[in-house]
Amino acid sequence: MNAPFQPDTVSLDTLKVGTKARVLSIDWDGLDEPEANRLRHFGFDEGVTVEPLHLGPFGRDPIAIRVGRMTVAIRRKHAGAVRVRPL
Amino acid sequence: MNPLPLVAVAGNPNAGKSALFNALTGARQKVGNYPGVTVERHSGRLTLADGRPVEMVDLPGSYSLDPASPDEAVTRDVLLGRQTGERQPDALVIVLDASNLDNHLRFALQLIELGLPTIVSLNMVDLARRDGLELDSKRLSKELGVPVVETVAVRRRGIQELHAALDDMLSAPQCGVHKHVKSDIVNLQRRAREIATAAVVSETPVRRWTHRLDAVLLHPVAGPLILAAIMFVMFQAVFAWSQVPVSWIEDGVAWLSAAASSALPAGLLRSLVVDGAVAGVGAVITFLPQILILFFFILLLEGTGYMVRAAFLMDRIMHGVGLSGRAFIPLLSSFACAVPGIMATRTIDDPKDRLTTILVAPLMTCSARLPVYTLIIAAFIPNTRLTWGVGLQGLVMFGLYVTGIAGALLAAYVLRRGVLKGSGSGFMMELPKYQWPPLKDVAIGILTRAQIFLKRAGTIILGTTVILWALASIPQAGPGQKQSEVSIAGHIASGIETVVRPIGFNHDIALALLPAMAAREVAVSAIATVYSIDSADDEAGAQTLEKRLHGRWTLATALAFLAWFVFAPQCISTIAVTRRETNGWKWPLFMVTYLFALAYLAAGATYWIAVAAGLGGT
Repeated sequence: MNAPFQPDTVSLDTLKVGTKARVLSIDWDGLDEPEANRLRHFGFDEGVTVEPLHLGPFGRDPIAIRVGRMTVAIRRKHAGAVRVRPL
Repeated sequence: MNPLPLVAVAGNPNAGKSALFNALTGARQKVGNYPGVTVERHSGRLTLADGRPVEMVDLPGSYSLDPASPDEAVTRDVLLGRQTGERQPDALVIVLDASNLDNHLRFALQLIELGLPTIVSLNMVDLARRDGLELDSKRLSKELGVPVVETVAVRRRGIQELHAALDDMLSAPQCGVHKHVKSDIVNLQRRAREIATAAVVSETPVRRWTHRLDAVLLHPVAGPLILAAIMFVMFQAVFAWSQVPVSWIEDGVAWLSAAASSALPAGLLRSLVVDGAVAGVGAVITFLPQILILFFFILLLEGTGYMVRAAFLMDRIMHGVGLSGRAFIPLLSSFACAVPGIMATRTIDDPKDRLTTILVAPLMTCSARLPVYTLIIAAFIPNTRLTWGVGLQGLVMFGLYVTGIAGALLAAYVLRRGVLKGSGSGFMMELPKYQWPPLKDVAIGILTRAQIFLKRAGTIILGTTVILWALASIPQAGPGQKQSEVSIAGHIASGIETVVRPIGFNHDIALALLPAMAAREVAVSAIATVYSIDSADDEAGAQTLEKRLHGRWTLATALAFLAWFVFAPQCISTIAVTRRETNGWKWPLFMVTYLFALAYLAAGATYWIAVAAGLGGT
């Protein structure tokens, strides 16, 4: 469910902890409807700034991500649907 | 007479909604259920300045009117006047987290569009200031077009002002324009961001507390260790702190039983009251302190924001067997008792995730199994020390817990690949800011749990106990007969015995299995009763229960009995709560069947292996 590749962009799950990035695109169609809804509720949107803060202790999954003023935890798989450009 | 005006408190999760609700209504709360769904309805009363009472209802926290969970569906349906058993609210109090306006304003805008009289409570302004955020609530009020009151609900600040604003609003003539303009979520979000930016006076970046704490508590190595330490302290406390209050309750039950014995003439009525009602309900009430201590910890961990971190740390492991991190908390609670554990599954959004968690929760060794384990281990396992600090008895006890956990994980794995196949909702949770919950709110939470538990003990458990008593006492044994064989229960036990004999169980055990359905620990008292009634005239009556067991059971039987108890039987309360939480008999029946099958196989395998190993002799 990765978003289409673009130069100097990465998917959110490969972004290093502590690196701020801007959301370029989200592959909404690759997500189930409740998952997509929840991501929207968390404030995931094109143009917002995100930053991975912590990784889960086992298999580095899930990922705690700052989005806007909130910190949310999502699984690596879902972070893969978010294409970002590091700032 | 017109019904009281109904004011709904709504807002995002983690906005401090419940704290605000508690601050407005105090401890005068009712916890009920919305019909047909397993969502709790919290309501309370508030009195306006002119003495008019108002009913307040605390709606489940929600991110928007497009629900992603059953809780959120209830919030939407109540607000749109579609929820059965609830009228449409006359007014709204929207709670916003002051330091998370960009996000919370989106839902607020959606709610304001409903056209109900509305007040916004700009909550947790103290935490926002701590984070270096200065807000202009007048500007916010102008942008939103509704009154805005600054509050710190957990410190009870701004509550009077909110009260006054409610007063004004409910006294004003109501214009009943109930419209529902449905704005697109993306547009709402963008407007929310604009308004939030407009309302921010200044922002000084500061190193946030929550971030510093998370650096330790979510650390890949320190995090799991701290979680393990917290769990260890919690279980120690559940057993250590409860000893004194448990002994008070036991004394109270003993006193009540003695008082009833002397007040009533000997006969069936006395037996019904003393052996049936007092003994049965008394045995269950004894667990109240443990359950309340467990809830104290759970409410504290939830209130501080740590619980979500625990779910974060455990998600990957739970994911491995097809569950999510959210299942960790209900399963943890089930170590004290499966009933609160199963009730706690309500926070799991995905129905299949939730059902799987409910079905495996009874495999966690609940505290009611402890008396059974303790008795059998003391009677059959030699108290030898294997190495420094590790005794054989303790090791067997530990092994029983581990077997339960392994069984639960295995069962979840199989269920998620069989009857409950599905991808699951994944794991998406907000990590709220850490804060210290007001102890008053924790106390209110514990009190409501105690009420629910006692109400159940007073109805379901009392009813079941009386039925079991009747089965065990009727008909009365004549001279030379054993009550345990003559009674209806005795006959049923003989029937059960034919089924359980292959796995090494005798008539005594068969008889004990029946009352153990009411509450597992009753198995101990049932065995005790059988032996004390049946051996009243021989000198064995003076022996301790352990010695007597030792003489009548083989080691193989004892081990099989332990293995049986790891998996079964399900107590009636667990079955009842499962029925309520799954809205039908299908899943409780499935649960009972699969657990009994597992118990039978486990006990059988244990017995046959033990006999083959030469442990079948007395």
